[in-house]
Amino acid sequence: MATRHSRSAARLMMAPAVVLLLGWMLVPLIMTLYFSFRNYFPLRPDRVPGWAGFSNYERFITSSSFWPSVQTTLVIVGGVLVITVLLGILLAMLLDQPMWGQGVVRILVIAPFFVMPTVSALVWKNMFMDPTNGLLAHLWRVFGAEPVAWLSQVPTGSIVMIVSWQWLPFATLILLTAIQSLDGEQLEAAEMDGAPPLKRFWFIILPHLARAITIVILIQTIFLLSIFAEIFVTTGGAFGTRTLTYLIFQRVLESQNVGLGSAGGVYAIILANIVALFLMRIVGKNLDA
Amino acid sequence: MGRIQLKDVTKSFGDVQVIPPLNLTIEDGEFTVFVGPSGCGKSTLLRLIAGLEDITSGHIEIDGTDATDVPPAKRGLAMVFQSYALYPHMSVRKNIAFPLRMARMDKAEIDRRVEGAAQVLNLTDYLDRRPGQLSGGQRQRVAIGRAIVREPAAFLFDEPLSNLDAALRVGMRLEISELHKRLDTTMIYVTHDQVEAMTMADKIVVLRAGHIEQVGSPLELYRAPRNLFVAGFIGSPKMNLIEGPEAARHGAHTIGVRPEHISVVPEGGVWTGRVGVAEHLGSDTFFHIHDTGLADTITVRADGEVALSHGDQIHLSPRDDVIHRFDAQGLRIA
Ligand SMILES: Nc1ncnc2c1ncn2[C@@H]1O[C@H](COP(=O)(O)OP(=O)(O)OP(=O)(O)O)[C@@H](O)[C@H]1O
Ligand SMILES: [Mg+2]
Repeated sequence: MATRHSRSAARLMMAPAVVLLLGWMLVPLIMTLYFSFRNYFPLRPDRVPGWAGFSNYERFITSSSFWPSVQTTLVIVGGVLVITVLLGILLAMLLDQPMWGQGVVRILVIAPFFVMPTVSALVWKNMFMDPTNGLLAHLWRVFGAEPVAWLSQVPTGSIVMIVSWQWLPFATLILLTAIQSLDGEQLEAAEMDGAPPLKRFWFIILPHLARAITIVILIQTIFLLSIFAEIFVTTGGAFGTRTLTYLIFQRVLESQNVGLGSAGGVYAIILANIVALFLMRIVGKNLDA
Repeated sequence: MGRIQLKDVTKSFGDVQVIPPLNLTIEDGEFTVFVGPSGCGKSTLLRLIAGLEDITSGHIEIDGTDATDVPPAKRGLAMVFQSYALYPHMSVRKNIAFPLRMARMDKAEIDRRVEGAAQVLNLTDYLDRRPGQLSGGQRQRVAIGRAIVREPAAFLFDEPLSNLDAALRVGMRLEISELHKRLDTTMIYVTHDQVEAMTMADKIVVLRAGHIEQVGSPLELYRAPRNLFVAGFIGSPKMNLIEGPEAARHGAHTIGVRPEHISVVPEGGVWTGRVGVAEHLGSDTFFHIHDTGLADTITVRADGEVALSHGDQIHLSPRDDVIHRFDAQGLRIA
């Protein structure tokens, strides 16, 4: 797209997509903004609709559950990111080794990604984490330990574990393709230069993976900020596992207050942007060059 | 010091034996070139010496001590790869300093050596760039810089110039030769370019399918190729190989005459033929001669100014004293 002519042609041809995307994003955004300034209770005829000013915003942020929910959101997102990136690098390096049955193993590793969040959360809740019949409970008993009631004793940790299990394949897959694109001669050169395996990892493999890690972090963050099914199915937002998304859901559904929920939605957008800004500051430079 | 000895070294990948038992001694300070056609095992041999591949049987000795099971980093050898294998995320300075950092050398000494290498290789202005911002020749020099700062016992080069254009290749060839004269360190250099082999080597090792066909100085190989393979491989353009009655006349199964040892004569001559394609290089002209009754084509080097055109009749006379004679097994008849 070097010439002026081809650039304007490109703009023209991209226009429909841009218009569609703008509509797609702008309409819900504007509606959310609109509702957030309204008193709006569609299922409660006794409440009169009308303008609410900033009262929805004020109520949402002063509610005692707001800051804890922001904190929970950040803990879950951060926890899952750390676990998936670390284990993802490890798994990708293992899968890159030549081994017997490589194809099957790779498919098995990727499998969790195809399981729907609701299903995997249910499987974890009932088959693994159940304090009496769960596999983990049996395992604990084998070693003579008291089974852990996962979802009530370490609820946030449990959810982090479930979500990490779902997202690990994604991280592994992206990191594996990145590792495979590393020039083997670079590693051999480093070996001849006297770098032992750990230093080869630190000085050669890790910098090579920087860009892939950045992409994993950015994409996962987008999706993790809005996880819902895993919480809904397991704790239902109890035991301090209420994320911002879940809080909005509860406000809209339980108190039928669409205006209040919309104000929460706007806060969620702001939070997402703050997180994105931080991430771009920290890892975004890896995407240049 | 850098005397390398291979004793009955073999290498197999699975069932395929790439290097049959091989014996070779590379003397300290020698510039040794491995040449051979593609796939003959040059890179494999180099990687065996480097320790990047395990040898299947045999021994490798470096300076008289057995290095067969010594890991690559401890062999004191430095390698320059065909792809250069620079670390793309490090600056040139850090690339060159990397082996020294790994050896935990102190900062001041590292800086001193890196500056020194950069000076030798004309890289001083580029020390803070990334490899991606350098030209092919500059990258090549960084790779060499990374090798020389270690002050290794020997350098291993695997086709280091094959990614460069012709002009740059000539330049780098001289620089590497110059470096060898200055450092006086053993160098082993893999190439399939026989001009590189002839111009740079103290000793050429001609390989075919993992076998050593002949070892010797460039001129030894040029003057007395041990067999038909070496005769055809060393020299450019290739030696003319002639079989049949003409060879029998010299008491051989095959005779070989280099293009530069045949002169074009106006009348008479030993052979006559018809001029085919003429390659004018300016200084020389190479004529491809057909219909001589000796072989498909006979290549002849003539003066740049000889005016003959396609289809002309031509008379040739080979220099009798430099005709190479080979027996039915392809071995040289002394
Ligand atoms: N890792 C490997 N596994 C199996 N066979 C191999 C391996 N590496 C090399 N070979 C085989 O060993 C033989 C020699 O290969 P090598 O790379 O040493 O050739 P080369 O002389 O360097 O050729 P070139 O001039 O094309 O670089 C080839 O037939 C090649 O197919
Ligand atoms: Mg090779």
